Amino acid sequence: MNKGYEAVIGLEVHVELKTKTKIFCSCTTEFGGSPNTHVCPVCLGLPGVLPVINEKVVEFGVRTGLALNAKVPNYSKFDRKNYYYPDLTKNFQTSQFDLPICEHGFLDIEVDGIVKRIGITRAHMEEDAGKLVHSGKTISSSYSSNVDYNRVGVPLLEIVSDPDLRSSEEAKEYVDSLRRILTYIDISDCKMEEGSIRADANVSVRKIGASEFGIRTETKNLNSLKALQKAIEYEIERQIEVLEDGGVIEQETRTWDDEQGITLAMRSKADAHDYRYFPEPDLPPIILSDEYIEEVRASLPELPESRKKRLIEADGLSDYDANLIIADRHLADYYDQVRKEISDGKLIVNYLMGDYYRELGEAGLSFVTSPVKPEAFIELLQLILDKTISGKIAKEIIPIMIKEVKSPKSIVEEKGLVQISDSSELEGMILEVISNNPKAVEDYRAGKGNSIGFLVGQVMKASKGKANPALVNELLKKHLC
Amino acid sequence: MSITKDNVLHVAGLARLDLSQEEVARYEVELNDVLEFMEKLNELDTQGVEPTTHVLDISNVFRQDIVEASSDVEEILANAPDREDDYFKVPSIL
Repeated sequence: MNKGYEAVIGLEVHVELKTKTKIFCSCTTEFGGSPNTHVCPVCLGLPGVLPVINEKVVEFGVRTGLALNAKVPNYSKFDRKNYYYPDLTKNFQTSQFDLPICEHGFLDIEVDGIVKRIGITRAHMEEDAGKLVHSGKTISSSYSSNVDYNRVGVPLLEIVSDPDLRSSEEAKEYVDSLRRILTYIDISDCKMEEGSIRADANVSVRKIGASEFGIRTETKNLNSLKALQKAIEYEIERQIEVLEDGGVIEQETRTWDDEQGITLAMRSKADAHDYRYFPEPDLPPIILSDEYIEEVRASLPELPESRKKRLIEADGLSDYDANLIIADRHLADYYDQVRKEISDGKLIVNYLMGDYYRELGEAGLSFVTSPVKPEAFIELLQLILDKTISGKIAKEIIPIMIKEVKSPKSIVEEKGLVQISDSSELEGMILEVISNNPKAVEDYRAGKGNSIGFLVGQVMKASKGKANPALVNELLKKHLC
Repeated sequence: MSITKDNVLHVAGLARLDLSQEEVARYEVELNDVLEFMEKLNELDTQGVEPTTHVLDISNVFRQDIVEASSDVEEILANAPDREDDYFKVPSIL
């Protein structure tokens, strides 16, 4: 139900950076840990402490800016964002206001085969806040709250999109593309379910063709792609309904209740935040030289979109196959390493994403944790290409490669799996199959060309998969005509 | 600009201060005096002067990403007004 309305959506994505230490002190960023054990006076902002910026956080900010086609200015600084909430003890969050680490970028998303460019307003560095454990069932019925400050100071990058998204599918695709880029440049684990990437959605609706934006709400607490999509869809419908009933949208902060599948008002405009940002006096500004920025640019890996293009144009892969390969950087790197020795990209994809992928899954492994090195995979494909083994034998070898971590060559030798490509060795089996299957032979002679497949299968079975199928086909035809 | 009673109440609200009527009246006068004094700065010609973001002429004070020990949890909680187990305990919010 859109009733002539369109949605206008902008996303704020908080990404937890993959550093060993916090943004302003040397406490560990390790997840978990018993309450308040990863905390120091800097985390608590006790009087007299001096925060010092983690250089890795700056580098990751620059990497992200460049990967998102953004401008990385030479001058950047931190500010204090003032608010009262016990998730921070300082009554302010150290963040960036008017001079963030990068601005004016974009990323391209693809929905239903159409590429759309989504603007990125900015990305800024900031500290994460602590975790409140409420005693009641909900925040409002809580009598008191317990606070664990372990997460305080974990470095975050808040990436803000322009209001360019028009549907929940576009929003999902945006987060997906963003997540893929960030894992490629290795600045975050981007595990939504572990909270290392979280999204807030700004949603408004307006009549199609209107030039002004409608009044927007901000929905927080979206920690899965599903929640993001559902919350946006709910908000769009809710707002259209309010407007259609002659009401007005309140500018407010809402929270997503996953259990009920609805958004709820959290804070109304009456207590809208007045953050009173001012420059952080304890942190001197960051001045980045053009050389440094170019150095970081040179260190970036090839990004997913450009890889996809290369796989399609240079390797002849289909759009579908290329998407499978680039979905994961480790897989894409693995493919590239194999591709250096094996020119047939489609063959690589078939074996990687077919039997190999399935066997990994059965062994409880992933492409990252697999013991099969690219060299072993290359060896396997070479054995197939030079016809030492058939595809059927390859299927048998793959699980052994995974479980016993042996090279395909040694498995073939140990088990005597070398393909039989000597016609004299195959003759006997072929004659036997012909005499045992008169019906199929008759069918073939009567013109049913495909019944030869059955006979080839019988010979393959008799040879325990070792016969060269092309040769069997050829010999059978010779005998049957 | 001049400070009104509403401005005082707004700022007090942001700072979680509960002011008496007399205090509101007094702060209205005092804050106006402060602003008036600050107005003096507008007499200076600041054309061509870069905005100051930091008072010291230093930049790029960075730290390497190397983990050091955090504080002992008892030390961390020593100044907590209230605690429950190893958590800081705070009054209910909202």
